Amino acid sequence: MITLTESISVKDLKSDIKPIWCPGCGDFGVLNAMLKALTDLKLDPDYVAIASGIGCSGRFPAFVNAYGFHGVHGRVLPLATGIKLAKPELTVFAVGGDGDAFSIGAGHLPHAARRNVDITYIVMDNEIYGLTKGQPSPTSPIGMEKKASPYGTYDNPLNPIAMVLAYGATFVARGFSSQPRELAELIKLGVQHPGFSFIQAISPCVTFYDTYAHFKETTTPIPDSHDPADRLAAMRLAFETNVQYLGVFYQEEQLPHHARVSQVGEKAGSNFSLEDLLRRFER
Amino acid sequence: MPVNDMVIRIGGESGEGIVTIGEVFVRIAAFAGLEVYTFRTFPAEILGGHVTFQARISDKPVLSQGDDFDVLISLNQEGYDNHISELKPGGVVLYDSSTATPTVVTEEHILYALPVDDLARSINFMRGRNLVMIGAMVQLFGLSLDKAEQMVHRRLGRFKDVLPKNLEALDLGYRYAQDHFTLRPPVYLEPPGGDTRQGLVMTGNQALALGAIAAGCRVYAGYPITPATDIMEFLAKELPKVGGVVVQAEDEISAINIAIGASFTGARAMTATSGPGLSLMIEALGLASMTETPLVVIDVQRAGPATGMPTKTAQGDLYLAFYAGNDEPPRFVIAPSSVEDCFYQMINAFNLAERYQMPVIVLSDQALAPRVETCPPFQLDQIALLDRELVEPSGNGAHQRYRFTETGVSPMPLPGMKGLHYTAEGLEHNEKGNPDYTPQTHQDMTEKRWRKVNTARDQLALWPNVVEEWGDEDAAIAIMGWGSSLGPVQEAMTRAQSAGYKVAALFPKVLFPMPDLRIRRFIRGRRVIIIPELNHLGQFARVVQHRYSPELIRHNVEVISLTKYQGLPFRPVEIFDKIVEVAQSLTVRVSME
Repeated sequence: MITLTESISVKDLKSDIKPIWCPGCGDFGVLNAMLKALTDLKLDPDYVAIASGIGCSGRFPAFVNAYGFHGVHGRVLPLATGIKLAKPELTVFAVGGDGDAFSIGAGHLPHAARRNVDITYIVMDNEIYGLTKGQPSPTSPIGMEKKASPYGTYDNPLNPIAMVLAYGATFVARGFSSQPRELAELIKLGVQHPGFSFIQAISPCVTFYDTYAHFKETTTPIPDSHDPADRLAAMRLAFETNVQYLGVFYQEEQLPHHARVSQVGEKAGSNFSLEDLLRRFER
Repeated sequence: MPVNDMVIRIGGESGEGIVTIGEVFVRIAAFAGLEVYTFRTFPAEILGGHVTFQARISDKPVLSQGDDFDVLISLNQEGYDNHISELKPGGVVLYDSSTATPTVVTEEHILYALPVDDLARSINFMRGRNLVMIGAMVQLFGLSLDKAEQMVHRRLGRFKDVLPKNLEALDLGYRYAQDHFTLRPPVYLEPPGGDTRQGLVMTGNQALALGAIAAGCRVYAGYPITPATDIMEFLAKELPKVGGVVVQAEDEISAINIAIGASFTGARAMTATSGPGLSLMIEALGLASMTETPLVVIDVQRAGPATGMPTKTAQGDLYLAFYAGNDEPPRFVIAPSSVEDCFYQMINAFNLAERYQMPVIVLSDQALAPRVETCPPFQLDQIALLDRELVEPSGNGAHQRYRFTETGVSPMPLPGMKGLHYTAEGLEHNEKGNPDYTPQTHQDMTEKRWRKVNTARDQLALWPNVVEEWGDEDAAIAIMGWGSSLGPVQEAMTRAQSAGYKVAALFPKVLFPMPDLRIRRFIRGRRVIIIPELNHLGQFARVVQHRYSPELIRHNVEVISLTKYQGLPFRPVEIFDKIVEVAQSLTVRVSME
């Protein structure tokens, strides 16, 4: 992490581009949490890169005065992997929604986790496709009636926390856009965690699926008795779907991707010249 | 069949070391100072199925695998039966008499029987069967045992335990041939004496990988796919030694996006794939184009469509490379024409990518990728690398990442530079990089992105290694083409010229943008332009026909598309016959005018 001696203010870190989100959108809370986390950590924004996918949440990088990459749908994790790989001194974020992360992008999730790429992945989960105006997502509940599912959905919703725990992610947490202070703390922990940090941020969509009241009721902090080093216990918490636990489900330290890549470099050695290499191909 | 121009075909069961026999033998020939060129077929499965290895060996640079073969090496019955009918009269057969019995024997072939199994058994080394065969081949065709032994040391020396046995097997085969094959074959080799000539021996894929390293590539992300996998495997070994990194991604879409992310930070990044993989990568290609991110993508073309024929060649991805991507994302397309050219075109590829901040597709193919060719040493001191234009750090944050310029290229910042942050945007954007859908902005930005291509077209006219033109300048018959069909074309032309025909040829290496000035000049004065390519639609012919229709019409030039789509490269005779046919029809036409 490259930090400043003097933190910049949230006002300076926030770009002057007005977010395109509807008033009341959960993503505002996530943005505020991110800005707080970045300024609390005194991160140098010149060394911050935020990659995003497609969706309302995909517009995120433009609202922060840091480097960003607004990529194509579902491919934010490979993008962020490439950014971190090529310049590990950057603090790299990946952001997206539940469609980007769990539908089109779902195939990349296990691999970001198993590589333990040192990025913080914040998924703004509103259980709906907002930008395309209200289709069900892989986390929508059964029976949701929308234009794309006029007779109600009938596919089981995915359980993102359980999935990511099963993929072996080394930091798994859930936050809520209505609790931006707590979410900011989770983001800080994620940034400081040396490896893949997954944060599911419940972030309701006021326009197409307003679940604020529902989540206010069902969210509760992870009990103090939970041991975040116990993956199976974390799974158990994840599978309790009557409540939505907030906090750190699981955390362990493992060598992040770029450190393992460096080890490969050490094994390979640096005794190399193009001329020597070409000599191997001489007649 | 002249001395020192021999085509050898080896047929046998996959997994039995046919390729090893072929590759060791050609390397002995190359070591002895001869030029080599190989061609293989593979079954798509790992074990089982028939495999053919063909090699052409000559004292002059070899341009194609030839029309036919002079020597058949049969390692099993199938290796005899499948090929014997194609062997030319007077051809030579060296067969493993322990596994093959000549069924169809013609008086026109000369047969040599080698009891491989018995010989190997006699020294208690069944694993040495391939070397027994190599030893016999070395003796029969005039190469030296000493050079063969040195090559065994070089290529198999790392298997220290069996090295003595390997050498014994080699010698055994050599001595058997010496004692029993009293009839000298009509085709043989006479390597140049003295010091072997300078030069390199490598495959097309190795040349691409070496070119990437020479061009400064330091990040490679890829996914295994026939016939591009060995590019990744080569770089996986070598790139870490220069501080580079190779990631085997979970799929092609991830691979190209990883490369884009890496390039965003300033690293020279690439991926390599084949047609099915490129098809998956198209969306990301558009992203690189729209965000103006440098990127190199190699497509080692194979027969399709869909899964197609993974181990057969084609030149069918031209349209894909030129145009694929929603709503016209600009890119560059390069097609190397030989193993040596693969190296130099990678330099061009990275230079174009970095200088113009765009994706570059390099089109190789399944015949060029694994084939072993001898080539001159690479002129490393002549390589000039172009860097991307970077912004001067100013710190006041007023920088416009996508600023309009005359060339279309906007100087770019790299993450880490102070006060120059921006978001690379896949949405249409204004000069600052903010999403912007206003009509004028989209028009201006579209023109900016495409202006880079036109700027490059003008600049490319000054670059080396972007067009190859040769032959009789004033010829009425001309040939245009791209990629690895250059060799067969060159050989066909030499044959035609020896027969008294005049032919001119032009092969662009950078296909997109097309070298308009060169081609328009080339078209004048021609009557016919033959365009051979390994696809069904005649993609390049149609592009030429369309793009240069004013010149073609004005100068009354006919374009003849010569297509072949069997999964095999051109044989020179196919092109030669077309030249002759065209020449004769022209004579008829002239005499009628």
